[in-house]
Amino acid sequence: MSVLPAAPPAASADAEPGPLRLTRTALSRIATMCLVELQKLRHDRTELVTRAVQPALWLIVFGQVFTRIHAIPTGSIPYLDFLAPGILAQSALFIAIFYGIQIIWERDAGVLSKLMVTPTPRVALVAAKAFAAGVRAVAQAVVVLLLALVLGVSLTANPLKLLGVVVALLLGSAFFCCLSITIAGLVLSRDRLMGIGQAITMPLFFASNALYPVELMPGWLQAINHVNPLSYEVNALRGLLIGVDTNLALDFGVLVVAAAFMITVASALLPRLARG
Amino acid sequence: MSTDPASAGSPHPGPAVRCAGLRHAFGTTVAVDRLDLEVRRGEVFGLLGPNGAGKTTTIRMITTLLPAPPDAITVLGRDVARQRTAVRRLIGYVPQQLSADGTLSGRENVMLFARLFDVPRRERRAQVESVLDAMDLTEAADRPAKTYSGGMVRRLELAQALVSAPKLLVLDEPTVGLDPVARDGVWDRIAAIREATGMTVLVTTHAMQEADEHCERIALMHRSRIRALGTPAELKAEIGPDATLDDVFRHNTGDALSGEADGKPADRTIETGGMRDVRAARRTAGRVG
Repeated sequence: MSVLPAAPPAASADAEPGPLRLTRTALSRIATMCLVELQKLRHDRTELVTRAVQPALWLIVFGQVFTRIHAIPTGSIPYLDFLAPGILAQSALFIAIFYGIQIIWERDAGVLSKLMVTPTPRVALVAAKAFAAGVRAVAQAVVVLLLALVLGVSLTANPLKLLGVVVALLLGSAFFCCLSITIAGLVLSRDRLMGIGQAITMPLFFASNALYPVELMPGWLQAINHVNPLSYEVNALRGLLIGVDTNLALDFGVLVVAAAFMITVASALLPRLARG
Repeated sequence: MSTDPASAGSPHPGPAVRCAGLRHAFGTTVAVDRLDLEVRRGEVFGLLGPNGAGKTTTIRMITTLLPAPPDAITVLGRDVARQRTAVRRLIGYVPQQLSADGTLSGRENVMLFARLFDVPRRERRAQVESVLDAMDLTEAADRPAKTYSGGMVRRLELAQALVSAPKLLVLDEPTVGLDPVARDGVWDRIAAIREATGMTVLVTTHAMQEADEHCERIALMHRSRIRALGTPAELKAEIGPDATLDDVFRHNTGDALSGEADGKPADRTIETGGMRDVRAARRTAGRVG
């Protein structure tokens, strides 16, 4: 048994961290959690495959059938092309919502307590979790996009636009991950959260423009669509990947504000979740 | 190396932990009541009591997981309510459940906490290897933690808690669910760490025998309050020549250790979450194989 090393001089500011230090800590924690997520993916790649089944079904079955029968008018764009970014966003949504369930598991397993006793402000911890969900969503997106390419969807090869896709997925996933953590902080039990998670993911998906253009929706659904961050994520992805006209500034603006808001709300509920 | 516990990392003299008039209630249920406590620097201090006594609530307040009023708790001179981040930097915490990430390797599990505690990049790798070695996990370090035995997971968690070289190590029921050999392994290493670094160790347990053997001073908790405090030898001597800590507990509380002797069951939900405990035990069983 070796002798343990002497204490490294820990950052010894005794005062609570100011905004600059908080930002630095948050960025460092986000990098750490994203790295851990990649390590987990490296150890267990089966999830990438199992989670690709559902988007694959949407693209191969639903997408191809609806392309053939021309049931949904999407102008000059083939329906499968129109659908692919929507399915990408859906797959990211499902992964992100799962993170709220995972955080309850982490609470029950003592992991959350352990994380909360590290010198990590709550908001940094939640942001780190949120973007880790995003990293997983991006890894999943690569699989879905490859599948779309195989099915003949013409996607952009512009690296800047692809970088934009990554950012949109990260922001969208951060929002939905924190929405899920927020609900976890309110209901406190995994069983209830699983029920609610299922009850909200499909409505979020159907009340967005992932499957059909906004113009086809009845008025009330259009109203919901306009306040649904998933629609802005889909718009951004569609604009970047297949070149559909969209207001990217508005899409990214909404995603940034929505993610920041939800990270704040989820951080406020984290202590309640840890206690519950 | 800091071998002088009294100078461990703080210009403030005084105890490692001081609680004054601590109280915490969950709704109308009082979990901790009028608790005064001083843990001296460099000692192994045991907080003993049956399930529901308030031990976990107490250490959750000390570790900043539950809110504490200002001036009620200090850790190495820092007020837990006002200097939360500074307090967290001083603490290494091992929760009751086996909480290492099974998907990650042992080394990755420890590295994660080195990063979360801002161990400087140039020292990180050496520090991680050093604690893995100290916990006899070097050979298994590249294996996923889900392949570890219960005792190895516990040692891995000790490595996670120690990688930031904390001044106060807080362990919540560290040996629960372990077989006797693994239990001894955990205690041996806690003793070695203490010897090597002079760090203070605060441990909760309901195993009287273990506390008797491994803690220098103990506080007996029962129904939210401390009923007796001292070295195991002092406490036993007060009762009689052949007394055990069980006898001390019975003498001070009029209760058996189970907390159910007077027909009023201990409120397990306060401390361990009832069903949650069962789930934790199942998970543990699953991981241990």
